[in-house]
Amino acid sequence: MRVFADQDRCVGSGQCVLTAPAVFDQRDEDGIVTLLTDDPPPGEHEAVRRAAVLCPAMAIRLAGS
Amino acid sequence: MSAHTTETGRPAETGETPAFPMPRAAGCPFDPPSRLREMRAEGPPAKVRLWDGSTPWLVTRYADQRALLADPRISADTGLPGYPHPTPGSAERRRYARTFISMDDPGHSRLRRMVTAPFTVRRVEALRPVVQGIVNGLIDDMLAGPRPVDLVREFALPVPSMVICEMLGVPYADHDFFQADSRILVNRDEPVQAQARAQENLVGYLERLVSAKLVRPGDDVLSRVAAEQVATGALSRRDAAAMGMLLLVAGHETTANMIALGTLALLLHPGQLAELRDSGDPALVASTVEELLRYLTIVHSGRRRVALADIEVGGRTIHAGDGVVLATDAANRDEERFADPDRLDDHRDARGHLAFGFGVHQCLGQNLARMELQVVYGTLYRRIPGLRLAVDLDRVPFKHDAQIFGVYELPVTW
Repeated sequence: MRVFADQDRCVGSGQCVLTAPAVFDQRDEDGIVTLLTDDPPPGEHEAVRRAAVLCPAMAIRLAGS
Repeated sequence: MSAHTTETGRPAETGETPAFPMPRAAGCPFDPPSRLREMRAEGPPAKVRLWDGSTPWLVTRYADQRALLADPRISADTGLPGYPHPTPGSAERRRYARTFISMDDPGHSRLRRMVTAPFTVRRVEALRPVVQGIVNGLIDDMLAGPRPVDLVREFALPVPSMVICEMLGVPYADHDFFQADSRILVNRDEPVQAQARAQENLVGYLERLVSAKLVRPGDDVLSRVAAEQVATGALSRRDAAAMGMLLLVAGHETTANMIALGTLALLLHPGQLAELRDSGDPALVASTVEELLRYLTIVHSGRRRVALADIEVGGRTIHAGDGVVLATDAANRDEERFADPDRLDDHRDARGHLAFGFGVHQCLGQNLARMELQVVYGTLYRRIPGLRLAVDLDRVPFKHDAQIFGVYELPVTW
């Protein structure tokens, strides 16, 4: 699985950090999404998929399985 | 649907354009109005009539609302023709102050990002001990005082009020003043002039605070906005004050109502209340918070938008310039998204609810609200295990006339 996070679309709601904290983080200065990894281990895949669905700005895109 | 009768036996307004907002059924204070539920069961968007005679679309299904709220072809700009204003005051007030809540991107994003930093998951989590201290102190005071007490006045309102004041750098000592004006702003039936005056009072008050913080900054959101945005010319004092007002009002009226109404809902579901009280499991507290956000959906006047282009929704065409009202309270009871939606179930996975909205305008303070509610629901019933209503349920005054649902008073004892 490859994870892409669009920092221009992000509104800093933090839903991804609540859902998959091992993969997503927020910049301290403005709350915008950063990736801790763009290639999460299989154990994180379900949480990452959920984070992508919950993101209100649809800023998370996934490739691969 | 054929058998169109309301719970009062009155024929429903089939063929006519129903008035919105609709009244809740007597005896079902937690449930969306029955006509709204019928419209969701019928499915596609339908026209409703507002206070000014305008007839925007009402969208009731979860999937349709989620798609529309994330659609860039729909606008939150309250100044556009066709925007379905919730009150006469809302239409009028826009002239006095504008904030990112009623703007589209890129303007919305530029302003919102000025104040996102204090609301990150990490920063909010760091505030948890402060909130726990505030909650403990207020419970100590209630336990030491006379019974019964009005839980709204003694607890539900002070908790978020003290927290948002602490964050913004607004003196809590001024709370009588700004709580009164906040209340006027969210009341559906308040005269236009009273709402304009309340807004002018609040913006003026915050403008003076911003000016003071330019000279003598503290460690708070208003000081940061003053130093980073106002001092650099990125934002006028008045726009900074309007943003402060938005955060202050939003920080009060929502969480306070969730605390009081959530407590009432739990008192009426004693099994779930007992489990919550006795388990001490943070995961159960967190899922209870999500479920109460879904079940109560206190923003019950709909999210308001206007279409910028023709948009197909559920076989209907919303035309460019049409107003759109998104009934998130109906979405959160949509059985196509939530199984057995009318049942309060604190073990349910309720995330994905639309109580904080969806799309780029989704609530900025949602993680603060979650944390405050987790501290409250995780502490109040444990510290006061015998908490109960001090009056019959039919004597509890519900906020049917407010844009944000809740109770005006909640007399409790133990």
